[in-house]
Amino acid sequence: MTVSAAPAEAILEESRPGGRRSRLRGSSDARAYGLATITMIYLLWSLVPVAIVVLFSFNAGRSRSTWQGFSTRWYTWDPDGSVLNDESIRVTLMHTIVLGILATIITVPLGVLLALALDRWRGRIPAGANFTVLITFVIPEIALAIGLLFMVTYLATPFGLGTTAQVIGLVTFQLAYPVVICRARLLTIGTQYEEAARDLGATALGAIRRVILPMLFPAILVSAIIVFAGVLDDFVIVRYLSSDASTETTSMRIYQTARAAPTPALNAMATIILVVSTVVIILGWLLYRRLNRGERGGDIGAIAGQI
Amino acid sequence: MGGRLQRLLWPILGLPAIVWIVLFFLVPLYVVFCVSFGEVDPIFRTPIPVWNPLEWRFDQVVVVWDRLVGPDNFYLPPVLRTLYYVVIAVVACLVISFPVAYFAARYAGRYRALVLALLVAPFWISYMMRMLAWINLLQPDGLVNAVITMGGVVPLDVNWLSGNPYTVVLGLIYGYVPYMILPLFAALDRINPSLLEAARDLGAGSFDLFRRVVLPMSMPGVIAGTLLVALPMMGDYFTTDMLSKSPSTSMIGNLINLSIATPGQSGQAGALLILLLLVLLLPMIWYTRSTAKAEVRS
Repeated sequence: MTVSAAPAEAILEESRPGGRRSRLRGSSDARAYGLATITMIYLLWSLVPVAIVVLFSFNAGRSRSTWQGFSTRWYTWDPDGSVLNDESIRVTLMHTIVLGILATIITVPLGVLLALALDRWRGRIPAGANFTVLITFVIPEIALAIGLLFMVTYLATPFGLGTTAQVIGLVTFQLAYPVVICRARLLTIGTQYEEAARDLGATALGAIRRVILPMLFPAILVSAIIVFAGVLDDFVIVRYLSSDASTETTSMRIYQTARAAPTPALNAMATIILVVSTVVIILGWLLYRRLNRGERGGDIGAIAGQI
Repeated sequence: MGGRLQRLLWPILGLPAIVWIVLFFLVPLYVVFCVSFGEVDPIFRTPIPVWNPLEWRFDQVVVVWDRLVGPDNFYLPPVLRTLYYVVIAVVACLVISFPVAYFAARYAGRYRALVLALLVAPFWISYMMRMLAWINLLQPDGLVNAVITMGGVVPLDVNWLSGNPYTVVLGLIYGYVPYMILPLFAALDRINPSLLEAARDLGAGSFDLFRRVVLPMSMPGVIAGTLLVALPMMGDYFTTDMLSKSPSTSMIGNLINLSIATPGQSGQAGALLILLLLVLLLPMIWYTRSTAKAEVRS
């Protein structure tokens, strides 16, 4: 990959005026190349296995380890094994995407409103809410899943296992992302814009709606993307709270069939979900860049810091 | 009147999410306690939750405790194994992440955006798909064995995918290392380059620079990354299910998962979960504290 050319660039940047540095140049050079090599090996190790899964979804034969020629058999034309012709795979894919959309639509507004509230509201209740949200972020997922499973089983909840329970679990688990990301952004926005709007006659709610929310929009977008991708990836919650085959997701299907000699149709299904989340992320990123034009640098870094 | 409305505005905005958290996080956790500390139907062996904390009984906890430290302690090996796996995997994640995050933060230059995008990529590749990738590579006729045996020349029969602890630890590292790289990157990226220059100007060599400036300043990232990787690993059961499927590599998460799947053992599952949460309570609070502090600072 092209990453190997990076150190030279980095060193050019490093050798700005500042004479004493040149003494260290040799060792710094070696270090940059060493780090670049490690990073490249890491990236290959991290991504090539997945690329192989994608590659074998186009295998002409049934094997997932021996290449038998290129074909779209497992996507379209295999009479009963392909994604297109196996109804259960289609149901699984659709259900995964539906969960992603539903959970994102509920999580993001809830989280953004809470972030706005926590930004201004002082006292025990907001402090406790903030603490609890952060706990949901680091608590092992199995705790949330079993809690909801027991609640549905032993309490007379108006909903049973299935889509509703899955969405509820996913929203609870993902809520921390919009809260944390939007709060960080609100801290950098500060209070002066809102105060200016109030001085110009806006009501508190009007200032939020017309000044703060537009400024917050990039953060809202980022959290929506993270939540959507997180839901597509989810396994523990959707599995414990699913009712039957109609509420199976792609993660569950991979878990159930990966060790039982599946066909490359499983790879094809995994690839389709990967493509869906990649498309959503690219669209979101393009939109984000449009919104943030003029505010360069640190974007991904700022997001990374929140995760 | 406007003033009162204004004071109420923030609570009103926060209310929906707070109600949600109470209903769907705190109440479910309470139900876990009521089931685990409840009774068991004498005939059907189904748990009967006891809602009043004053009437809680701790039979299930005693059962779990006996299986942990009693004479027939078949819960103990998975618990010790979990700690063992998690410590190795976390250390490996740190060792892998540090140079990668340092490169991305300081040396990536023009390729910074690309490197970051590739480092973030595992986040939108489903975890199960990433495990599937290793099943494909490690299966008996997979690529790894083909390389090791040089296409069948060297007679070597390694069974990677059943009960092999190395495979499970590799899977844990592979699965969780991105969660270590990002907070480390964020911490390293925040270090002001002029601090490093100042240290150099004051005569610090490369090693001193790393040990006395870079390392201390990256500590928040190290702590956040360690917790973000270690906490979910403690409840993980699917990595070992996917890559090993053998009781010889089962972890705490597997004990809980199996108890849930066994009729009449919900109470034990809940009790195990409560014990796990008790152990993890301090690190979880530590994480929330350090996050809250970071928010104040930034």
